[in-house]
Amino acid sequence: MAAPALVKLENLKKHYPRRSSWFRRSTGEVKAVDGISLELYAGETLGVVGESGCGKSTIGRTLIRLEKPTEGRIRFEGADITHLSSRKLKPYRRKMQMVFQDPFASLNPRQRIDDTLEEPLTIHQMLDKRARRERVWELLDEVGLDREHGERLPHEFSGGQRQRIGIARALALNPSLIVCDEPVSALDVSVQAQILKLLKSLQQKRGLSYFFISHDLGVVRHLCDRVLIMYLGQAMELASAFTLFREGQHPYTQALLSAIPRPVPGKKRERILLKGDLPSPSDPPSGCPFHTRCPEVRSVCRERRPEWKEIAPGHRIACHAR
Amino acid sequence: MTTSAATTTETPSVSQTKTGIRFWRRLCRNRLVTVGLVIIALQLFTAVFAPWLTTYDPTAQDLAVKELPPGSEGHWLGTDEYGRDMWSRLVYGSRISLLVGISSVVLGLVGGVVLGLLAGYYRWLDGPIMRLVDLMFAFPGILLAMLVIAMLGTRLINVVIAISIWSVPTCARIVRGSVLSLKDREYVQALRSMGAGDGRILFKHLLPNCAAPIIVFATMRMATAILSTSALSFLGLGAQPPTPEWGAMIAAGRDYMWTAPHLTIIPGVAIMLVVFAFNVVGDGLRDALDPHMDVTYES
Repeated sequence: MAAPALVKLENLKKHYPRRSSWFRRSTGEVKAVDGISLELYAGETLGVVGESGCGKSTIGRTLIRLEKPTEGRIRFEGADITHLSSRKLKPYRRKMQMVFQDPFASLNPRQRIDDTLEEPLTIHQMLDKRARRERVWELLDEVGLDREHGERLPHEFSGGQRQRIGIARALALNPSLIVCDEPVSALDVSVQAQILKLLKSLQQKRGLSYFFISHDLGVVRHLCDRVLIMYLGQAMELASAFTLFREGQHPYTQALLSAIPRPVPGKKRERILLKGDLPSPSDPPSGCPFHTRCPEVRSVCRERRPEWKEIAPGHRIACHAR
Repeated sequence: MTTSAATTTETPSVSQTKTGIRFWRRLCRNRLVTVGLVIIALQLFTAVFAPWLTTYDPTAQDLAVKELPPGSEGHWLGTDEYGRDMWSRLVYGSRISLLVGISSVVLGLVGGVVLGLLAGYYRWLDGPIMRLVDLMFAFPGILLAMLVIAMLGTRLINVVIAISIWSVPTCARIVRGSVLSLKDREYVQALRSMGAGDGRILFKHLLPNCAAPIIVFATMRMATAILSTSALSFLGLGAQPPTPEWGAMIAAGRDYMWTAPHLTIIPGVAIMLVVFAFNVVGDGLRDALDPHMDVTYES
């Protein structure tokens, strides 16, 4: 991985102010993302895994600047896009797109599919009217839909088909990065497989990078090159999918892995059960955020936030016990 | 290439008419709504073709035939205290009430929609705009109208202004509510991630998606606007005699209640029917546009 990173996040933070209803006084912050650093390389799929509310969607949204980061830096192709105005950001918007979780909310219910797909081209004033229509047909074809489907409205499609349309819309501007925010979690298992296959073949054909947010370890294992494990807005472990699923080091990773159902009867893996509830991100524990539930907790865990250290090439972990 | 281009332009119109027909069928399922639609259509018809439907000038006096009862020869709805033909006055009156109704509702909608869109979409504008709206709500409608008319004078156009101002806050609240519920939808975020401007998002995507409550509001507000115009004219604040306005007609006919009751009954019934029609159609539209009955959820 000597190539320069496509995206580089440096100590990215996104805190949401919490205001009381009385006179909008600030009463603290929700630390949705609290200091994440990572690189995403061209052509790879980086999976981001974590429980709901751990900030994985927020990273994705901040990465493509749907949200303004509170602190830290976002570099895209080497350029700092952290504080660009919306006008200066526009050329970068073409290169990073998003596929959303809910296929029923991600399409304008009153807009025909071909108009939905044409809109990004219109916004960026690409091609003339006729060429845009042809491009729309190409896109439909690329995601496995017919030309006639373009004349319909979103409600005439199934969830899987809508997700295909969402993917086509993301592809319209020829991006190099697509943030996939749980793109298959709202779909039936059989349809999930089709969509994942589609994502994979598109990646091979176009050399796309995916920032793949998911809570489904099976899906991540199937699709991703590298995986980031998150907990309460912080990074716990980052490694290649192969390494992580075989020998994940972090106690939280191990607990997650032990929860994957095994298809082999008789062969049991010891289940690591986490005690207690997920702490509130508005009042995260001191030190390591995981210490309240960690089976291997030490006294230092309560006091100091662990370093984000590299224990093997490309394998990073934040844990005092390792 | 050309053949496929031709098919793309044809097929959608087919599917659109299909949903259009389905919508009409759902709207007319309620018999009362059909009655209301017929009344509105009749009013529109008489308003547009008033000169062809009447033989007398609505303001022409003929004291030789004053206070004729309905059914008299040549004046089938009778004549008023100055011998003016009641039918002509009624027909031209429908023109006025429709014109005032439509223009005040349209003006009010423009103001309310713009304020509502801005308040719903921009968080920093929400507070100031909604407090302004609260302020406007605090004035009773008729009092506000009297204030405007006292400042600008008793003319029908000022009635339009007064009623439209009074429609603004309700409309702004409706639109703001819809925008608040829509602006965080994922398709709006997708647009933002593509680099779409706020204008495009607001007017091309959010506004059409909150059209349903706006249409219902506009229809209902037509009824109140027509009623308020008549009320203001009845109080002598709107149309001035000899203008054939329904409220003014009732006011003038008051003194002849015992000798010529048709002078008050006829315009009164006309107001009642029209207001009833717009209310019923508004109700029907609300049911027909209800998302839970929408085709989106049927499939």
